Amino acid sequence: MIRLRHRVRKGDFLLDIDTHIPDSGITGIFGESGSGKTTLLRCIAGLEGGGGPPVHRRNVGYVFQQPTLFAHHDVRGNIEYGARRATSHRIDGEHVIDMLGLGRLLDRRIETLSGGEAQRVAIAAALMRSPDLVLMDEPLASLDRRRKDELLPYFDRLHDELSVPVVYVSHDIEEIGRLCDHLVVLDGGQVTADGSLFDVLSRTDVSPLSGRNAGVVLWAAPVDHEDGLTRFDFGDGDIWVPGEFAVGTRLLRLRIAANDVSIARERPSQSTILNVLRATVEEIHPVDAARALVRLAVGNQDLLAQVTNRSIARLGLATGDRVFAQLKSVTVRR
Amino acid sequence: MNLYGPLWLSMQLAFVTTVVLIGLGTPLAWWLSRTETRWKPVMQAIVAMPIVLPPTVLGFYLLILLGPEGAIGSWWVTLTGNALTFSFTGLVIASTVYSLPFAVQPLQNAFESLPRQTLERAWTLGASPLDAFFSVAVPLAKRGFVSAAVLSFAHTLGEFGVVLMVGGNIPGKTRVVSIAIYDHVEMLDYSSAHQLSLVLLAFAFLALLAMFAVNHRWSRG
Repeated sequence: MIRLRHRVRKGDFLLDIDTHIPDSGITGIFGESGSGKTTLLRCIAGLEGGGGPPVHRRNVGYVFQQPTLFAHHDVRGNIEYGARRATSHRIDGEHVIDMLGLGRLLDRRIETLSGGEAQRVAIAAALMRSPDLVLMDEPLASLDRRRKDELLPYFDRLHDELSVPVVYVSHDIEEIGRLCDHLVVLDGGQVTADGSLFDVLSRTDVSPLSGRNAGVVLWAAPVDHEDGLTRFDFGDGDIWVPGEFAVGTRLLRLRIAANDVSIARERPSQSTILNVLRATVEEIHPVDAARALVRLAVGNQDLLAQVTNRSIARLGLATGDRVFAQLKSVTVRR
Repeated sequence: MNLYGPLWLSMQLAFVTTVVLIGLGTPLAWWLSRTETRWKPVMQAIVAMPIVLPPTVLGFYLLILLGPEGAIGSWWVTLTGNALTFSFTGLVIASTVYSLPFAVQPLQNAFESLPRQTLERAWTLGASPLDAFFSVAVPLAKRGFVSAAVLSFAHTLGEFGVVLMVGGNIPGKTRVVSIAIYDHVEMLDYSSAHQLSLVLLAFAFLALLAMFAVNHRWSRG
């Protein structure tokens, strides 16, 4: 485990953090803007002052939101800058270049790179110094949708193949749900929730994780195809998803947003909803005057449903009730 | 009398002054570009003074300061046994003060246009602040360095009033080309004045042309 313990005041804002993150995998730091995510990352890197060793002796890689590469070097020179100053050489340079698809870009000048290419070079440069920890500050936020989609598969590879722990800051819960294993939620400079991604996402009482940010992530295996749909087995039931995903490969992540889950007392007989799962109401947590988050158990898995308080009253929903969860849409990540 | 002697002396003076100015101006410009002190405008005003001050005023104060009775001059006399005024060393000091803004301002502009994040990236890649300065800030500010060197050199070459006040007119020692041209004109030796003036004119044009050409090429990448 790595301990993050930082306290820094910036004007009226106080960041006060004391938490532990795992020393492997990707830890997401989630929060709305102004929650202190970037400040926390800069504290870890030593860029906010506040004592401790100077930045260059901390051995952390930092990937900024904007990839400010060195214009006086080509791609190769930028990647080698960190390698030349590395104190250890645990990272395999060839593998980094291959993993980020940079082989054909090595002799390119910096100003000829697209935003996504530049960000890949910046990530490679940070990895080449063999850091003990890689910090990424919304590395996709400066890119448009198309570039983002181009870059995400590279992050999937980093997630699967990299042995270095990564701290990934984002305000995009979909990115977090796709890439992270562990999650720390920041609100007003404080940690409001932390734990494994699956556990934190199924909590109903974390205010940054309500509204459109509420939703769970499940691991599921694609098992067969029918009518252009793929059947996923998540251990406690099946979920049908449009599209043909390769069967028999590894587990994929399914994200089910709480806004896409509705609750019925009886199994709907005439509905366009494809996925209806038997569930038990575990917890009802009011979000605001109009809405509540309901945690449902489907076997050993949790689902979140965001419904109105009026509906809860009308159905007379209470903890322990047996209900049906209807999933309006499911997104597959990897 | 050797016509081109003063020209050679001016070249030497301009070269030494430029080297000194890059050495002193770089840390000063770096500090000015990074500092958040409220004294920054005061420092900038002091550095820029030689641009607006009449050279005779600057030369007058330098004469007093560098003279055998002056704060720096008397110290120099006890140290070396020689006076600073009317010597080549004295001219270098005076020229350094006189041309300071021409070195500091292009460097400061170049350093200020460097995003802070570029340096922060260098640090996180394992570069110490000094390493990052030489491996990132200096190469990215190369246009500023070219401008600073060319402007310092050319400006020192053309100085007149300050040299006259501090250096006098000693052939081979302090008689620089601008003073020699003045002397030639005074003695109605227009032919010599023409020759030297033409050399300076051509030099000034070529130096500035080289600077703008280099900056133009680098800016296009």
